[in-house]
Parts: sequence; structure tokens; C-alpha cells
Amino acid sequence: MTEVRVLVGTRKGAFILTSDGARRTWQVDGPHFGGWEVMHVNGSPADPDRLYASQWTDWHGQVVHRSNDGGRGWEPVGNNFDYEGETGTHQWYDGTPRPWDFKRVWHFEPSLEDPDTVFAGVEDAGLFQSTDGGLIWQEFAALRTHSTGSSWQPGAGGLCLHTIIIDPVDTQRMHVAISAAGVFRTQDGGQSWQLATGGLRSEFLPEPEANVGHCVHNLAMHPSRPNTLFMQKHWDVCRSDDMGDHWMEVSGSLPSDFGFPIAVHAHEPETVYVVPILSDTEHYPPDGRLRVARSRTGGYEWELLANGLPQQNCYVNVLRDAMAVDTLDSCGIYFGTTGGQVYVSPDSGDTWTPIVEHLPAVLSVEVQTIA
Amino acid sequence: MTTIRIALPTHLRTLARAGSEVQIDVPDVPTISNTLAALEAAYPALRGTIRDQASGKRRAFIRYFACGRDLSHEPMDEPLPEAVARGVNVFFVIGAIAGG
Repeated sequence: MTEVRVLVGTRKGAFILTSDGARRTWQVDGPHFGGWEVMHVNGSPADPDRLYASQWTDWHGQVVHRSNDGGRGWEPVGNNFDYEGETGTHQWYDGTPRPWDFKRVWHFEPSLEDPDTVFAGVEDAGLFQSTDGGLIWQEFAALRTHSTGSSWQPGAGGLCLHTIIIDPVDTQRMHVAISAAGVFRTQDGGQSWQLATGGLRSEFLPEPEANVGHCVHNLAMHPSRPNTLFMQKHWDVCRSDDMGDHWMEVSGSLPSDFGFPIAVHAHEPETVYVVPILSDTEHYPPDGRLRVARSRTGGYEWELLANGLPQQNCYVNVLRDAMAVDTLDSCGIYFGTTGGQVYVSPDSGDTWTPIVEHLPAVLSVEVQTIA
Repeated sequence: MTTIRIALPTHLRTLARAGSEVQIDVPDVPTISNTLAALEAAYPALRGTIRDQASGKRRAFIRYFACGRDLSHEPMDEPLPEAVARGVNVFFVIGAIAGG
């Protein structure tokens, strides 16, 4: 029987939500790692019972756990993220140079093929890999030492590498996104990196069309079309059909094109979801109405989905890693809010119901569809 | 061999799956450094959560106390107070900002 498992990271622990394919009744398990800020929990496509979880606090720094049984049990693994060689400097908020300093893991992206191989996107921005199930971490230093690295600046959340997209056709090709630097692509498994920011425009930059400095909030890709990427930027929703060499703004009819997450329907490569947020200083939905925006045309034309979502006095945010889709025939869409709600739509966004409503602020949501 | 009683903050108790106080055998002179090394050897999950794994530098929000004294800024190779070494008093690892 098909099972859906939703992996939720919150400011005070992790939760695992499970249901059958109908997605009407849910079991809530947690908190795991109570009291720890769980940035992300993600499962291996090659072995869905292998999970990786990133916990962090200001007091104690980074901790990593893995599970071999779908989250029933956890064991601590390696938490030593040492940058390779000379760390050099990036820019601080005021433009002064600042040495790279590891703070925390924002995102785990397990390999498509090997449960023991997992990538970690970290703050200060870097990409690490473990090939032994999380015990030892090694950096892809060529990214951090990219010729533009010394000009990268942190976004409001820090200088973080938050998105990792592996091309399912050629797993040597990956895209990563860094706030606030931009998108970078490797085609040789991380040994070298190229900018993938052509055509991006950010009005807050002294030079709006500069090749770095763009505050990319999230990327999404449909596995059947790895050349096409969708982006939610600080402002603007964009798409590229050539792996990021040229981006086009597709904000179209959105009530606001500021937001954090972006996701693609599991079976419709041109159906895209974002959550409009009022502005970069007002991190809540326009008019106090929580609505998901869906485009069935790959952007430009958007419809607002509100059925089952709060339509008055709602001032939550939806963070960049807090939206995901399942792969059931009727694609399910999921997102979590800073108010502690996790919503599901089992019908591609037409109707929504809360799975849980009173969790700590949700930082991340991932979904596993388990046959 | 000296047995040192160590009190851990809540986050680290859950991480180590230990109670509020653990007893650690320190094979060398019970300095702060040797005591923490023995703690980390007994509970590997604690590596990096109290002090930097490479430099041994105390994390910014961690403090060390014993016998009513703040030992946070004492040399790491200074022996712990005798009452701690004799097991009468506890060596406290504390989160510096505890509330509010």
C-alpha cells in the first residue's frame, strides 16, 4: 500500500507525518530532537528509510543525525565541516571582507543512486559531500573559491547555500543556489563551477544585471526536463530553459512576486507553484490572505488557490525549503508556515486542509512517496 | 585515573542520551581540556557542541563553572579544583544565555 511520509523541520524539533494514498487521515510523530532547530530532514531516493537530519543551535552548533528505519530511530553522525585549504574572505553586509566561517547545514540532498552519498549545502556558503552515510564530510572547494567568491554577500538569513538540484539524466551535473550570490552549475560532479545567472536583474544591486549578488531564494526542476529551471528570487519569479544561461521573468499576474519556495507538479512539467508574500520587509501574504499561486503554463499566467486556506488575518510566512510535492497520480502539494501549520492539497492545489496546526515555526518540508 | 562529575545542559543531555550528570574517568591530569576530551570520547555525539573540534576553543555561548567559580577563561591545561577532582563538586557545562 502506498504511504506518504512528510518530513518537517521546525525551530524546536522535527516531526514526521504519515498517511496512506488518500491523504485524509494523518499520524503525527515527534518532536524528534526536541529543542534543536531542525533546518532540514530529507530522505534518500535510493532507500526511503535512510533519512538525514540537520540540527543546530547557537549554543552547540551543528549536529547531524541519520536514520536507517524511516525516522523511528536516529544515530548521530559526523558534524565536522572543515573548509578545504585557505578559506579566503567573502563580503560582510557592510562590504568589508570577512573570513568564511562554518555555521550550519541548511539543506541535505541525498544522491539519487546511493543512500550513503549525500550533499550538504552550508552557511557560510559551501557544498560538502559524504559518501559514507554522513560520517565524514568533504568540501567541493572549487565552488567557494570561484573567482567571484570574494564578492558574495549574505542575504538576511546569512550567506547560505540552500538549494541543490541534481540532474537525473547526468548526475555529474548539478545546480546550487546561494543567497546572495546566485546560481552555479557544475558539469563534472563538483570539480568546477560556472555561473548560471544570465539575464537575472535585481534592482537592489548597484548594477542590477551584475553576474553575482542576486538573492536567489529557491530553485525547482521537473526531472523529465532537467534543462528547465524555475526560480523564486528575492523579487521576481523566473525560468530558464538552458540550465540557467538565460533567465526570463515570468511573474506575470502574481499579486506579489516576492516569496521564498517554488515547486513543480510531479507529472506536469509546466505547472509551477509559489506562495506570494507581500514584500521583503513584510514577510506575510498580501491582504492577510494565504494563497498559493499556480501556473499551468510555466509562468506568466497565475491562478490563486485559496480553498481551505485562511483568508483573513493571516500573517505567516512560508520559508524557502518548506514546500514539496508527492508523486502520487493525483499530485499532492505540501507546505509549512512560520505559524506552525502544515497544509496538504491532495488534488494539485485545488483544495487544502491542515495536517497539523500548532507546530513550532516550520523551516522545511520534504515528502516521500513510498510504494 | 580520576572520576569527574559533569553536569550537562538540556540540549546535550538529549543528544548524549544521558542524565543531568555524567561521571567520566579522566586518565590524565583532570584539566578542563583533558576532562572534555574524556567526555567526548565517552559520548562522541558531543564532539563540536562544547568546543571547536580542531582548535579546542570553547563555543561562544558555553561557560564552565565549578565550586562557585567561573572557569570559562581559565587556561585549558589548568587542573580542575581539588573538590571536583575528588568527586565532591560537579564541573558544570552551561549555556551562557539560559532564558528569557
